[in-house]
Amino acid sequence: MLSESGSAGADARIGITLTINSERRELQVAPWTTLLDLLRERLDLTGTKKGCDHGQCGACTVLVDGTRINSCLALAVMKDGAEITTVEGLAGLAQKHGTNTLHPIQEAFVEHDAFQCGYCTPGQLCSSVGLMNEGHAKTRDEIREAMSGNLCRCGAYTNIVDAIEEVMHQGAAR
Amino acid sequence: MTKQISTGAGHDRFVGSALSRVDGPAKVTGLAKYAGEFSAENLAHGYVVSSTIAKGRITGIDTSAAEAVPGVLKVLTHQNRPSIAGEAKAYQDMVAPPGSPFRPLYDETVVFSGQPVALVVAEDFETARHAASLVSLTYEEETPHTDIAAQMSESYDPPTKRGGIKPPPKPWGDAGGAFDGAAIKVKQRYRIAHEHHNPMEPQASTVVVEDDGTYTVYDKIQGVANTQLYLTNAFGLKPDQVRCLSPYMGGGFGNALRPQYQLFLAMLAAQDLNRSVRVVLTRDQMWSFTYRPGAIQTVALGADAKGTLQAIRHDAVHGTSTFEDYQENVVNWAGTLYACDNVELTYRLAKLDTATPGDMRAPGAVTGLFALETAMDELAYATGIDPIQLRLANYTETDPVEDKPFGSKALKSCFAQGAERFGWSKRDPVPRSMRDGKELVGWGMACGIWEALMMPSSARATLSADGRLEVGNSTADIGTGTYTILTQIAADALGLPLDHVTTKLGDTNLAEAPIAGGSWTAASSGTAVMKACRKVAEEVFKLARGMDGSPLANADFERVVFARGRVELAGEPSRGVALVDVLKAAGKDKIEATESASPDKDFKKKFEAYTHSAVFAEVKIDEELGIVRVTRIVSAVAAGKILNTKTARSQIMGAVVMGIGSALHEESMLDQRLGRFMNRNLGEYHVPAHADVHDIDVIFVEEEDKANPLGVKGVGEIGIVGTAAAIANAIHHATGKRIRDLPITVDKILA
Repeated sequence: MLSESGSAGADARIGITLTINSERRELQVAPWTTLLDLLRERLDLTGTKKGCDHGQCGACTVLVDGTRINSCLALAVMKDGAEITTVEGLAGLAQKHGTNTLHPIQEAFVEHDAFQCGYCTPGQLCSSVGLMNEGHAKTRDEIREAMSGNLCRCGAYTNIVDAIEEVMHQGAAR
Repeated sequence: MTKQISTGAGHDRFVGSALSRVDGPAKVTGLAKYAGEFSAENLAHGYVVSSTIAKGRITGIDTSAAEAVPGVLKVLTHQNRPSIAGEAKAYQDMVAPPGSPFRPLYDETVVFSGQPVALVVAEDFETARHAASLVSLTYEEETPHTDIAAQMSESYDPPTKRGGIKPPPKPWGDAGGAFDGAAIKVKQRYRIAHEHHNPMEPQASTVVVEDDGTYTVYDKIQGVANTQLYLTNAFGLKPDQVRCLSPYMGGGFGNALRPQYQLFLAMLAAQDLNRSVRVVLTRDQMWSFTYRPGAIQTVALGADAKGTLQAIRHDAVHGTSTFEDYQENVVNWAGTLYACDNVELTYRLAKLDTATPGDMRAPGAVTGLFALETAMDELAYATGIDPIQLRLANYTETDPVEDKPFGSKALKSCFAQGAERFGWSKRDPVPRSMRDGKELVGWGMACGIWEALMMPSSARATLSADGRLEVGNSTADIGTGTYTILTQIAADALGLPLDHVTTKLGDTNLAEAPIAGGSWTAASSGTAVMKACRKVAEEVFKLARGMDGSPLANADFERVVFARGRVELAGEPSRGVALVDVLKAAGKDKIEATESASPDKDFKKKFEAYTHSAVFAEVKIDEELGIVRVTRIVSAVAAGKILNTKTARSQIMGAVVMGIGSALHEESMLDQRLGRFMNRNLGEYHVPAHADVHDIDVIFVEEEDKANPLGVKGVGEIGIVGTAAAIANAIHHATGKRIRDLPITVDKILA
């Protein structure tokens, strides 16, 4: 079994500390390992998706210190010390603010049928939370503009915007 | 709510409702696992090396640098691969078109750009990727032919027809003569670009080698039965040696109907290394297999001054590979949709040095209806008749191709309800007559049509002693909502609460079912699940009636209902027994039934079955910038009974979005000298993004159909058909420019 330390092919390992979904982890990672591959391949957090590996589709969106980023474009070593929230941690994020099992945006996605195949969904969810944290988008058109980095080939866009709008108007927890 | 679902057992409580997806919680928490996400002890990672030429042969491969990288386990090429099936026939999957399927790493021949030429297998993904970049190849290159316009003169009528695809009907009347003599004529050439499906999940396969030497294969496929068939034939395995699973799929749209080369390579490496192996394609490599073939079409319509069609001619040519004759129904729709005495439809293929094209959402209909429905709009302008009135003037209640009535056809309701919702009556038909500030406004409409299909399918239902029901079969939920509708059907059939019903799909250990595609899954798997549940219900009833002092002692099956977890006499709920008590009294830990469902032959003899739609589009165009915004779409759909209004609406909305892409954005561009798609990434191949999509309004009109006991016709494809034509017609209305070449990009608006 491959150790958490990463690549057998890369000589160098760099020690970093990440807090992932409120859990502090000390990791030895190869410098060529992206944050996305670290999550998916080494930590079995496969909720974060790889759609293009080029920062063009948004499926890999996670929150780093509350800001949404494409985790395929970040090397894991660059995020030493950061607090990372993936889709698996969204519910926990909400629980800190005293809500129930799912984050309100997760509930709204289910209610509004804001996904079909589900593959872009984790990225859409994390991006939605990031967007609300930013606080710039207010109207439907602004939400659409600011969510345009997250592609959905099933075309659930209208329902995604409905879900975000609803949660935004509730002033829901981050 | 309807008698159709009534199995003589359950009530329609959940069927027809707007139930949220039962797999929703798994998908919003990241727990739903896709093919490339299953792990195994000692899992190795494969990375594909792709050919850089489109045609020729490999003259040399140097793998030494790659093999020298620590962590690399093997570099597989055609030179060192283990022995595999030689005959091309062994690679023919369930939906392969006529021809000789591509065999990965078979020999030195290169037949398309991006063809896999080596697989690097390493301890981890990064090492495999790095080492793949070190594999160097030399080629002897031949000139590729990939330009369909240049190959038109070599086009041919495919000698072997593809199963399930009707060739064009024999001409009737005299289309040429009638066209020549018609008072009003429209004859134009239409083009659509090559499109790639680009589901969000790239193709992926994980082959797990089990301790007993069997394989568990997680594959991105729209039906695991196809994966199993392919692997058993190509690798000489028995079905019980290969269990295939695809519980979730990150988008299909036809791209995962056929097993792709990453599956073959993962199995090849797993056998060679006796280790579990995963191979995931890159986004770039998603341009190295199936695509919607671009087409060149001519439509000629002749009509009298009242708009009555006197001649229809539709000729289409699209590309296929050099080794398979991919076929779809492009031209037949013209004969089915309109009444006309003189019709001639032709369809030909042109060989291109690309991978074999394949089915992409509403294959053929998207292509053909763009041309036909744009031509109809041109005819509306040529005759001065409103586009809806023109279509009503040529309406048919029977299918002229088969000379049989439609089982149901509520297209007139689609026109009426769609027009009402859209506000069509306020349209000034004069081009460039409507504005919103500095933007030109255009309103256009078109029809859509798709076959209502059903495939033979089976399903199993198991009622356990604790009152829980499990149903399922091997088909896939590709995002369409199959888990949810089957759960609804099963819960209603046995009168159980939803949380007592579990649906399992995408596993060859389950009852056999067809691939998910063609909009046939709801009819096929839905009917099979309903029948299996009915069988369980009959068994339960029999046992209940035989219980000591049974309140149902003298009842017959047609007079009982299943509700609240009980079997009760209709109208007398107090006379009944809880299902758990029935099983307990009978000393059974479960009641299980597997049932098959097939299309109704009597119905097929008498009727033709199609879904229809009327699509209305509003565009706003900044004329200085040439930018088109699709601000509103109303899609009014007649698709029989709607099992779940929430997920069905999503199907239509999603298909409309793909139609917007087809109309305005999507184009895989070939460098004809290299025979290579140039824009192989999501930055340069634009699929609609959030900002491209505005209001989409979906209407399901009432339509009662009897093709199957559920009364469903399927909703996966119909939403995209006609959407591009409606948008193109709206652009003409806004600008006065008739653009017959998709996608309608800024340059074409400004030209």
